[in-house]
Formats: sequence, structure tokens, C-alpha cells
Amino acid sequence: MDDFLAARSQMALSLGFHIIYACIGMVMPFFMAVAHFRWLRTNEAAYQNLTKAWSKGVAIFFATGAVSGTMLSFELGLLWPQFMEQAGPVFGMPFSLEGTAFFIEAIALGFFLYGWNRFNKWFHWFTGVVVGISGLASGILVVSANAWMNSPAGFDVENGAFVNVDPIAAMFNAAWFTQALHMTIAAFAATGFAVAGVHAFMIMRKQNVAFHARALKIAASFGAVAALLQPLSGDLSAKDVAQRQPAKLAAMEAHFHSQEAAPLIIGGIPNEETKEVDYAIEIPGMLSFLVHGNFTGLVEGLDKIDPAHLPPVTVTHFAFQIMVGIGMFLVLVSLLYFGTLWRKKIWLNNRLLLWLFVLATPLGFVAVEAGWVVTEVGRQPWIIYGVMLTSDAVTPMPGIAYSFYLFTAIYVSLSLIVIFLLYRQIKMVPHLYDTSKKEIHS
Amino acid sequence: MAYVVITFLCLSILLYLLLGGADFGAGIVELFTSSKNRSRTRETMHHTIGPVWEANHMWLIIAIVILFVGFPRIYSVMSVHLHIPLVILLLGIIARGTAFVFRHYDAVVDEMQVLYNRIFAYSSFVTPLFLGILAGSVIAGKIDLQATDFLSAYVYSWLHLFSIAVGFFTVALCGFLASVYLIGEADTTSDKIRFTRKAKSMNIAAVACGALVFVAAALEGIPLVNWMFGSAISLGAVMAATLSLVLLWYWLSQGKAKKVRVLAGFQVSMILLAIGHPVFPDFVLLASGDNLSLLQHQAPHSTMQALGLALLIGSVLILPFLFYLIYSFQKKAPGYTH
Repeated sequence: MDDFLAARSQMALSLGFHIIYACIGMVMPFFMAVAHFRWLRTNEAAYQNLTKAWSKGVAIFFATGAVSGTMLSFELGLLWPQFMEQAGPVFGMPFSLEGTAFFIEAIALGFFLYGWNRFNKWFHWFTGVVVGISGLASGILVVSANAWMNSPAGFDVENGAFVNVDPIAAMFNAAWFTQALHMTIAAFAATGFAVAGVHAFMIMRKQNVAFHARALKIAASFGAVAALLQPLSGDLSAKDVAQRQPAKLAAMEAHFHSQEAAPLIIGGIPNEETKEVDYAIEIPGMLSFLVHGNFTGLVEGLDKIDPAHLPPVTVTHFAFQIMVGIGMFLVLVSLLYFGTLWRKKIWLNNRLLLWLFVLATPLGFVAVEAGWVVTEVGRQPWIIYGVMLTSDAVTPMPGIAYSFYLFTAIYVSLSLIVIFLLYRQIKMVPHLYDTSKKEIHS
Repeated sequence: MAYVVITFLCLSILLYLLLGGADFGAGIVELFTSSKNRSRTRETMHHTIGPVWEANHMWLIIAIVILFVGFPRIYSVMSVHLHIPLVILLLGIIARGTAFVFRHYDAVVDEMQVLYNRIFAYSSFVTPLFLGILAGSVIAGKIDLQATDFLSAYVYSWLHLFSIAVGFFTVALCGFLASVYLIGEADTTSDKIRFTRKAKSMNIAAVACGALVFVAAALEGIPLVNWMFGSAISLGAVMAATLSLVLLWYWLSQGKAKKVRVLAGFQVSMILLAIGHPVFPDFVLLASGDNLSLLQHQAPHSTMQALGLALLIGSVLILPFLFYLIYSFQKKAPGYTH
């Protein structure tokens, strides 16, 4: 493995794991706050127990999110020093604000986790809400920094140096809003379905049903609302990408040739030799419609891109298809869920719905990862779109492959431990959290 | 604004050493505690450090962000030439951060706890060791930007007697800070006596390691003596730190926990001042003598302006809550349920 590939793989791996920890750490506090609110309002012990059970999850994911985020702040320099040296002063603004948001989150989490019975109960609840809000803010800020790499702004290049730096303009670059919106909704959808799926599984096993049913309802409602909103944000993103990064859109769609009335390509295997997509379903004019709002508009294809700057088409296209496919599936489950609620069906007995939730447990995160692959791989070979090549940014230090193996081992073992811990949390529900049996007796 | 940013950088490094250091130190204390007292130490630690440890960790992130936004050249040189110790530092941070949470939030208490505890204690030793090694390498003047072979470019830049001595000195300081901090948090008299004894031995270790740093500097040809005794401010700081040792031992024997805590913080700050002042405004000393200065290698004006403002606004938002957090958990919990 050469150093460049190793550096890219290590970065991909680190972000790939961090994105999961960060999404859960960012969204779960909201579930926790809702359960907590219910408890304060209804005084129902099950909600208090649910809040406590989820708060353990929040603590675990906050910690893993924080350390993997710390790793990333070092890895940016360890792997891409030339990039950071030039770009740091330009796109660093959201990172400095993120520091504040993250600090507030850490303080609020200290209050929340250790504050039981110490403070006014509504103050205590509020600290939990602050954990969620500041987490969300830091997520949005980090995405805004990434958006700058897709849509560089706030500087000029003169003789290879970045001059006329305007960090505020860089932060509010053209891509920040659509990217942050898409990522935030994705985090809610993925975490909502992941948490709901775990509880659905326990309901199907008829264990601590009262406890898990309350949990499922909160998580599924968040996830379902987000899943239904996501296609709208996806449409905004696609239009935005078409305008700013035609190469990325063309790779997503495996759109090899510029054409008017461009068809939407669904599925298929892009053949980079013949520049055709084999076995695909084509909807005539649909891509033009999605990009321009009419069925005849010209959509730029990969043929318009300098061959030296072509993004990898197959990976981007597959990742995009996976993301959209899963998104549609989650929309379907969401509709079914709300339909069941609306018709006042006893959804606990609806095994099909519960099965669908179980099936969806990992899917939201698969979609998040796929979407992230679209954003990052679709931008290649640029680290700063149109300005700096990824290969020019890599560290001169040799032997990065070893570093990649080391970090792979760490992330894999970290994830195994987290899964192990969550398994133990769930296993302990009957002993620690579920009081429904006691309720029945009393 | 450059000075505002530099002040925040120095402040976050100092606070990371003091608060994060006490945090690391707690693990070091655990490592050097006999097995029969270990679980009691752990208990005290969890109550004192649990609520604040995530916040302590933030000072490092702030320092890193200030470096890459405000002083990107310095950040990039460190990232390239100190790659290996930075990676080991990272491993330590990951291991201890996660082990701490795992051991306190695992729903089941069984033999896994032994593993978490072991990871926590060992990584609490390794992390400040490499933090110290990094600090030592930054001022040792052994980083050679022209070096072409692997060893000179990426290994000898940090692997030398001086940085290792600074590493052990840092470990001892962290252990000292933590034991001093824990005295005030101990629930029983026997714990108090134990932590006092620990504070004394850690203090002796720190003084011994401090002496080693001077020996190593002499062997490596680093003008540490000139720095420490060359200017009035450094000399004053060294004197203040040394003289206050007498007071420290007196208060330790009197059991004045709070006063000792303040004094320990003061001593560590003085040590940092004594070394930081003569080196400033240089931040990374290079073999060529062409040092990386915080004033010469700052980001463009507009960035420094924005960064300074962000830090000022951030501190207005953060500091009151942080003080309230620390203040709230100083009082013993009435109904601790976690």
C-alpha cells in the first residue's frame, strides 16, 4: 500500500467511524430529553428509567465521539499538513466556534450525568437539552468546514499562496447550508431508526415490553419525521451540486455524456471503458428535470471534465444509489409507521412493522456512510475543489501504511467494545431499568 | 488581536496541564497505589473528576485549533516532524478517555472492569509522558527541516535525553497535581493521609525529574540554564516555585488541602512561565536556528481578528458555566444516584 493510498484510507476510516459516533452522540440527547420531559410531566417511573438508560448511551457515544473527533483534529495535520498549512486560516473559523459549542456540550453533559438530585429538576432537564443543542451546533459547524472543501470561498490564490483571506465568507460558503441540512436530517433519521430497531427487536422477543415500547415510540417518531423530510433536502442538495460541482453530479449519476433531456439512471453498472451504464433503468428527461426544473435542460456529463480531474465514477455512483435506495425504504417504513399510529392500530402487535424497524437498524447509517462517500469521493482528485489536489496535500512522512493498520485496529476494537457495552446495557434492562412488573403488582 | 490569540493559546496549554494534568495524574496515582487501596482511590476519583473530565480534555482541542487556525505553519511542522509522538499521545488519549467512560458506564461489573482499569492506569502514564516529550522536542532545537533520511527527520527530532527527561518530569507533575487535588476530596481521614503521603512522594519525584531535565539539557547542549536564570522574570518564577516548596510541605503536614491545591497550581504555572518567557515569541525551535515564532508565523490579519473574537465570545459563554460546574461539584452530593 503506498503512502498516499494509506493516508486516504486512514482518513476515510477515521471519518467513517467518527460520523457514526458523532451522529448518535448528537441526536440521542434529544431522545433522552423527551423521555426526561415525559417523566417530569407524568411522573411515570418507566420514563425516568428510560432517561437513565439512554443517558448511559449518550455518555458512551459522547466519549467515543469526542476521542475520535480529537483524533481527527490531529490527523488533519498528521496526514495532510500541506493542506492544513494553506487552508487552516481560511476554513478554520467554524472549527474555532465548534470548540466553543463542544466545550459547552461537555460542561452540560457534566451537569446532566452527575446532576441527578442535585439541581432544580427543570434546570437538570435543561442541561440535557443544552447537550443536544450544542452537539447539533458543533455538527453543523464541522459540516460547514467540509462544505468549504467542496465550495471554496473567502480567499484568492496568488502564486500558490492564499491571500485576501475572509474567514467569515469561507464559513458561509455556497455549500454550507444544503450540506448541513442534509447531514443533520440524516443524523436524526439514522439514529432514530437505529435506536428504534434495537427496541423493536426487544419487543418482538417480548422482553420488558412496556419499557421498550416507550423507547421505540420516541426514537421512531424522530427517525420517521426526519426520513420524510430528507428527500426534500436531497433535492436541494442535488440542484446545488449540479451547479457547483458538475463533475460530482455526473459521477453520482454515472452521466458520461453531456446531453439535453438527460435521463435519470437508476441502478446499473457504470462501464468506465465504454462510457455506458449497463443494466440500468432510465427515466427519460428526469435528470434534466431534477437539475433544472424542466425536462429538456442540458446536463453536463463527465466528457466535459478534464480527464486528469475525473472523480471515480463507479464508487460514487454505487454509493449514491445506495443512499437514495435506503432513503426511499426509510420513507416507506415511516409512512407505514405513521399510518399505523393514525389508524390507532395496536402497532405493538404489528410484526411486519416491527420487522421492518429491525431491518432498518443499520440501514440509516449505511446511507449516512454512502452519502459521505458521495461527498468525499465525488470531490476527488481535489482536496479543495478546483484549487488543491489531494495528492499535493499528503504528508511527506513515509510508512503511513503502518499508521493506517494501527488506526484500523483501534477503530475496530473501539467499535467492538462499544457494541459489547451496548449489548450489556440492553441485557441489564430487566434488572436496572424496567419497573413495569413492579407497577403491575402495585 | 495576535496577543489575544497567543494569550488564549498559553492559557489553554496551562489549563490543560493543570486540569487535564490532574486528570492524567489520577490515573498515575491509581497506578502507584497498592491494590488494597485502589478501589477507594478509584471511587474518590470518579466523584471528583467524573463531572469535569470531558471539559478538562477540551483545553487540548482549543490549543490545537488555535495552532492550526492561527499558526498553521507551526502546526504543520509539528505534525510532520513530531508525527510519531503525536500518534502515541493520541493513542493514550483515546485509550484513557474511553476506558474511563467504559468502566463507569458499563452496565455489568465483572472481570472486564479489570481490563478497563488497567488500560486507564497505563494510558494515564503514557499520555503525559508523550505530552512532555512533545513539549521537550518543541524547545530542544533538534527539529531539522532539511533532514532527508527517516531517522533524522522523524525520529531524532523527538527521541533524545532532554525530551524524555521532560516527559518523566511531566508525569511526576501530573501525579503531584492529582494527589494534591484528591486530598481535598477524600471522604475519610485515612484516605486523606494516603493522598498526602502520595503528594509528598510525587513532589519528591517531580523535583528529582526536574533535576534530570537540567542534566539532560547540559548533555544535549540545550541552554536551559541560561533560559531559566537569564532573565528577571524567569529567575523570579523559578525562585517563587522553589521557595514555595517550603510552604507547600508545611501546609501538607498541616493538612491544609485547599491552600496546597492553590499552591501546587501556582508552582506548575511558574515552571511554565520560567521556560515559556525566555523562549517567547518562538514556539518551535529548529536545528537551523530559524525558529518558528508565534509573531512571525501567524495567519493573515483577518483570520487572527476573527479567531480572537471567537475566542473572546467563546470564553464569555464557557467560563461562567465551567466555574459553576466546578463549584457545584465541590460540594458533596446529597443524593448521588449514578
